[in-house]
Amino acid sequence: MLATAVIVLREVLEAALVVSIVLAATRSVPGRGSWVAAGVVAGSLGALVVAAFADILAAAASGLGQEIFNAAVLFLAVVMLGWHNVWMTRHGREMASSLNSVGAAVREGAKPLYALTVVVMLAVLREGSELVLFLYGIASAGPGQKAELTGGFALGLLGGMALATTMYFGLLRISAKRLFAVTGWLILLLAAGMAAQGAAYLVQADVLPSLGETIWDTSWLLPDDSIVGKLMHTLVGYTARPYGIQLGFYVVTLLALLVLMRLFAHRASPVLRRPA
Amino acid sequence: MFKTLFWMSFACAPGLLLSAPTHAQDPSYTLTIKDHRFEPAQLLVPAGKKIRLLVRNQDSTAEEFESHDLKREKIIPGNSEATITIGPLKPGVYRFVGEFHESTAKGSIVAK
Repeated sequence: MLATAVIVLREVLEAALVVSIVLAATRSVPGRGSWVAAGVVAGSLGALVVAAFADILAAAASGLGQEIFNAAVLFLAVVMLGWHNVWMTRHGREMASSLNSVGAAVREGAKPLYALTVVVMLAVLREGSELVLFLYGIASAGPGQKAELTGGFALGLLGGMALATTMYFGLLRISAKRLFAVTGWLILLLAAGMAAQGAAYLVQADVLPSLGETIWDTSWLLPDDSIVGKLMHTLVGYTARPYGIQLGFYVVTLLALLVLMRLFAHRASPVLRRPA
Repeated sequence: MFKTLFWMSFACAPGLLLSAPTHAQDPSYTLTIKDHRFEPAQLLVPAGKKIRLLVRNQDSTAEEFESHDLKREKIIPGNSEATITIGPLKPGVYRFVGEFHESTAKGSIVAK
């Protein structure tokens, strides 16, 4: 049962952390719960569909469908996270000073939460489809596996949610003014890590060169499949044995988003000019 | 403008799915999964060469081929097969597991 729980925990951890960061980042936005819930529901349904058509996906693109699908999902999430952060640099100050006007901005159609709903959906979709296939495997092993399945699933799910909840309430202890800066950086690092992981899938698919097989090896210190390793993987993009190109994607994504945020921050936004 | 960007990024995603190279010339090796075990559990391959690993899953349920040593993870659905390109490898032992049945599904690739 413990083995099952560990696998379930590893699979739900990333999605759970993404949800907690998104919830903290949108702390003062009205109706954010429904946006996030919509992402979780859409992602879960998507995971079932992806799992059901896993064989078709695997056979697509000369057998590389899975890698390319994973990379596409990750890069799309990077775009959405970046888009949210750029939006935040335009409206963040106003958000910290006057919470009501942000609610208005959201209602008026700026709606940055579309992006975060998609981010949540993609995170649940990617990890969820693997989870579905794994659980289906245990379930079909026979009636004797039922306790193993339900116990392990519940334990792993609860563990993942407990870690994410701890992180959420930890973030909420930060003062409202600094919270947006902190979640902004968390989202940046999340995006950079996802870009690096997407690059790894494309190396696996032989679409991109590795530019150095193993830049460093810290698997003796913090293996990728340990819970702490997985935690750091999600939060800052940690990889025990990164390819050169993963570092490239990480740094370029980070810099590109910082530049975009800087560029858009100087542009006066119509929402900002309007009296609150 | 943001809205346009938002939808544009959606439009681009499927394009990625269509572009993929083929590489049929590399030497090929077969691994079979049966009863949540790999056969052979140890596979000898040449070092310094790119190789294609054909993984046949004869079980009815999916397995995830995972190797941190090889930096590969790929789901192989039940009763199907998948190709994984690896290498060129330095001489050494590279462990792999079936993540969904880690207690039984494990093996290694030895590059010489």
